[in-house]
Amino acid sequence: MVEVQAADGGNASLPAIYPLGVDGLLIRFGAQLGEAANRAALAFRAAVQGDPPVGVVESATSLTSVYLRFDLEKTDHARLREDLRPRLAGCDWYQSALPQGRRLWRVPAVFGTDLAPQLAEAAELAGMTPDQAIASLCAASLRVQTIGFAPGQPYLGELPAQWDIPRQTALTPRVPEGALAVAIRQMVLFSVSTPTGWRHVGQTAAQLFRPDQDDPFLLRPGDEVLFQPVSRDEFENIRSAKCDGGAVATRLA
Amino acid sequence: MMAEIRIHRAGPGVTLQDMGRAGYLAQGLSRGGAADRLALHEGAALLGQDAGLGAIEIAGSFLSLEVTAPARIALTGAPMRACADGAALSWQASHALAAGTRLDLAGSRGGYSYLHVGGGIAAEECLGASSAHLGAGIGRMLDAGDRLALGPDRGRAVGRTFTPLDRFEGGILRMIDTPQTALFAKSECQRFTETIFRKDARGNRMGQKLVAEGAGFATQTGLSILSEAIVPGDIQITGDGAPFVLLAECQTTGGYPRIGTVLPCDLPRLVQAPSGAALTFQFISLEDAVALERSEARRRAEIGQTLRPLIRDPHDMADLLAYQLISGVTCGDDLERGMP
Repeated sequence: MVEVQAADGGNASLPAIYPLGVDGLLIRFGAQLGEAANRAALAFRAAVQGDPPVGVVESATSLTSVYLRFDLEKTDHARLREDLRPRLAGCDWYQSALPQGRRLWRVPAVFGTDLAPQLAEAAELAGMTPDQAIASLCAASLRVQTIGFAPGQPYLGELPAQWDIPRQTALTPRVPEGALAVAIRQMVLFSVSTPTGWRHVGQTAAQLFRPDQDDPFLLRPGDEVLFQPVSRDEFENIRSAKCDGGAVATRLA
Repeated sequence: MMAEIRIHRAGPGVTLQDMGRAGYLAQGLSRGGAADRLALHEGAALLGQDAGLGAIEIAGSFLSLEVTAPARIALTGAPMRACADGAALSWQASHALAAGTRLDLAGSRGGYSYLHVGGGIAAEECLGASSAHLGAGIGRMLDAGDRLALGPDRGRAVGRTFTPLDRFEGGILRMIDTPQTALFAKSECQRFTETIFRKDARGNRMGQKLVAEGAGFATQTGLSILSEAIVPGDIQITGDGAPFVLLAECQTTGGYPRIGTVLPCDLPRLVQAPSGAALTFQFISLEDAVALERSEARRRAEIGQTLRPLIRDPHDMADLLAYQLISGVTCGDDLERGMP
């Protein structure tokens, strides 16, 4: 385990375990977004899934933490904490490898135009022209750091430092499904139409959550996504072709 | 012909609900399900069936329908004015409806009301549940013209009632610390528990905003918190300083600081409070919270043993009506509360 200054002002060593609700624990590997803490969270959750502690009924990761929900009839916070301590100390989770079975997704996106009206504004905040911004956002693949908030919705990162731009103070009342938005060196690809404080720079036709299909969630944590800029006309063709928005996967590891 | 419900009129926010779909948090899908799960247990106890069967949830609006075959029903949650072919039915009770009976439910003061049917509603499942999760785009609101097939009903008992957990007037919501409670100054937490909040008229299955006079609430560190798992009952303090309590259909992660988590056994008191009702918060220890939750689970499991016969009043006797023994009985306002 490594000692990291916690963001809550204390000197809590990480990973730290907190109660989260009457039937849950949160294991925090990082108070700030970081590659190692993200890998630690993914690896620890995988380990817990492979060998579940008594009473644990569900687990999930967010960017740098793991949530465990348990059955109050079978365990409690103190007993689960005792079970988790040796597991956390037993290996250096921050050195964990990425999950197996990862895939690289190439996803066509139109940047700017009336479909994604905040490209120019976001580019300016990042100190770029709109064309430079598109090139920067599409230069390299982005990691799915976590799936969360809404069904199948990825947080993608990490973008170059210029993209450490804040969220807007006011919310955009609604962005459509498939919207690509940017803030704080991350992008979110929206799986449902929703209000957001992130700036809407691109639009895809990707369907991240297909409740009627056998495998309803397109992306998994650890996957990578490479956006491929297309023209407005090409985008309309892709959208009308009903081919999962043109998203194509190849195996990474 | 298969027994079914035919919906004649449905106000906004009428959906099919059950215990939700657990197990998809890692994929960003919250469990969802009935806003007041306790009401599902109560309906199941009244009809002597499994609490996992789906029921119709009515979010403070109205519903009129017809049953095509004899059916047992139970009415739980926020009381409404209920009429079977014009005759008043008691709320918090079970009843028999003859084939072709028209059921009208209206006059809610807010909160969530439930119509349960013997045998449940046989709807198609999506990811292991038949409940609508509107935020995730699963299912939809029910509307005029919809037909819902009923499951096979093995039970017989009707005309039973019980005293529901008192939760329809607001009151105290007990909560525990979250991993972010320490970000709030002690004085701010104290002020939070001394504040009388009102339930805002805006609220839905995702969450409920509360309003109060005086300054909003804030952490010492501002709003730069990394997103972490969210659970129903979490009290988010958003940018405007007002608390927003997350409910069944909430998002799975969030980056706003959370001052506390309302106990699951107290959430029905929040969702069933009428608009404008006074609500206050009280911090309790984790140990006390776990004990309260376990004790409520035991109480919930024994609701069936507390049932008693409905005191029969001609106004209630829908089955008599079916035999044409009386006629012209209307649904009077005197029975509006519908409480036994």
